[in-house]
Amino acid sequence: MGWRKKRAPRKFYGRQNAQAGQKTPAAAGKKGIKRYCGLLWVMPSFLGVLLFYLLPYGDVVRRSFLGAVDNRFVGLENYRTVFGNTAFWLAVKNTLCFTAVCIPVLILLALGCAAILFRSRYGGLIKSAFLMPMALPAVSVALMWRLLFHSQGLLNQWLTHLGIVGSDWMNTGQAFWVLVFSYIWKNLGYDIVLWMAGLAGISEHIYEAARVDGAGEWQCFVKITLPNLKPSLYTITVLSFLNSFKVFRESYLVAGDYPHESIYMMQHLFNNWFRGYSFDKMAAAAVLESIVLLLLILMLQKAWDKKGDGIRYAP
Amino acid sequence: MRHRKANKIHNIRLGRKFCWLVLAVLAVIALYPVFFLLAGSFMGNDELSSCLGPVISGNKGYVDFPLLPLFPTLRHYVEVFLDTPEFFVMFWNSVKITFGVLVGQFAVGTMAAWGFAKYKFPGKRVFFLLYMILMLMPFQVLMLSDYLVLDWMKLTDNLWGIILPGVFSTFPVFIMYRFFTEIPDSLLESAKLDGAREWQLFCYLALPIGSSGVISSMVLGFLEYWSLIEQPMTFLKDKSLFPLSIFLPDITAISQSGVAFVASVVTFLPALLVFLGGQDYLEQGIMAGAVKE
Repeated sequence: MGWRKKRAPRKFYGRQNAQAGQKTPAAAGKKGIKRYCGLLWVMPSFLGVLLFYLLPYGDVVRRSFLGAVDNRFVGLENYRTVFGNTAFWLAVKNTLCFTAVCIPVLILLALGCAAILFRSRYGGLIKSAFLMPMALPAVSVALMWRLLFHSQGLLNQWLTHLGIVGSDWMNTGQAFWVLVFSYIWKNLGYDIVLWMAGLAGISEHIYEAARVDGAGEWQCFVKITLPNLKPSLYTITVLSFLNSFKVFRESYLVAGDYPHESIYMMQHLFNNWFRGYSFDKMAAAAVLESIVLLLLILMLQKAWDKKGDGIRYAP
Repeated sequence: MRHRKANKIHNIRLGRKFCWLVLAVLAVIALYPVFFLLAGSFMGNDELSSCLGPVISGNKGYVDFPLLPLFPTLRHYVEVFLDTPEFFVMFWNSVKITFGVLVGQFAVGTMAAWGFAKYKFPGKRVFFLLYMILMLMPFQVLMLSDYLVLDWMKLTDNLWGIILPGVFSTFPVFIMYRFFTEIPDSLLESAKLDGAREWQLFCYLALPIGSSGVISSMVLGFLEYWSLIEQPMTFLKDKSLFPLSIFLPDITAISQSGVAFVASVVTFLPALLVFLGGQDYLEQGIMAGAVKE
């Protein structure tokens, strides 16, 4: 169906040109320039992207093969150093663990909330409450977290009222769960909005037809809502994944450069290498991480395309 | 049969009520830090030190924090606004960074989004894929390249070194692209037949019709750049250039805890205003990242 829509206006122009008898080489030349018209619009942005992101990234790739001191070509030596680095593996392990735990939890929790809030009268108000943490700057959050998760802090006070002995949240393995909590706290509203957009895309007629056939609410949810939300799942996963890198902000502001080892993330590692001017290791690790992320993105992209309604490039 | 059905409906209602209860509790948790900071900012030193005693001076027991201050006072607000000139410098730096980035994104990003949305040109797929990949790369991957280029341009320790990379961030292009593609082609065709030039199409059709997309990306951008942490922390050494977003007074010192509360409330206020004024746009912007045409 797509091609027909696109072809139609072109045919129209062709006929008009033929009628006016203007099918000259000059017109063809003009069309040649027109082909690049869109590129002109993109150019200012692209030049900036080239200057600030692409060329320096190329330099990083080059540096990843050079020694730190004398800029001599050292082959894969930097990569070998990175792979032999214990801090690197700690950061990789923590980042993977963190992602594996918090993204499924966030996505499912948000789906549950969205399903309840959708089409309900007070949904908007509660959604606003969930979105509010997005507006709260990380410094303000950090201030709160310091008092909340201190060993003599608020949370432990509440817990003693409930008869539970608290712990020193930021300086034990619990720090990991504090981080998971703060990620979910910050991003729940974001994901709820995404899910609600997906829910809004499901036609009401399907539900009506199912209800006529005697389907219950739960059946409707499992048999209609979930399958129809599948395409949204990919984008939501990617965006949640992206936002998971930002959890570093709170973690850094609360616990500093060297937090408890259970929340030592990739960003901590990069920061500490940066401060120590270990640009060779940084370059190699940045290249490695970008390759891993790129593969992940392309895999998801493929999954999108397979669904047949993936991101289309041509309008 | 009827009895069972009634029972079932009753169960569903009970379930619903329970769901709403859980949601309400979650919403209160989501909002609690806001109330907490507001309450703290209106407390005097005495009240703060008695509430936060265990954290500040190592007293025994736990922090106890009332929902509302018992003796509200504006003392710390006065202290921040009148006696802390560096606070204004930081506020102003934040304003410069945020608005510098947003103005730049508006100038450059809208054009790029328009080019991607409504034109065909050779290599478009590649360009677009590149933009998308860059959008998805976290700061840690781009950190070193950012530093290298800023060092080369002598822009480290300069606010422009924070602003310029932000201007060319590809995320807003992506958001605005989604809104621009929704403008019907037929409208553009008829404007062209009436003799509109390309830039006129952009200024008089694309920007007004796609304005919600532009505003959405600006709202998202404001919230992002107003609480920017990584870039200023990495690239700025001079304390007089620090934005508010990395100003974190030591809460555990009693002389500073009041200021810390007020500072975080004042940092939060502009973001809150943008959030309240632009919540619809914020939601549209979030959705633009996900809903496919």
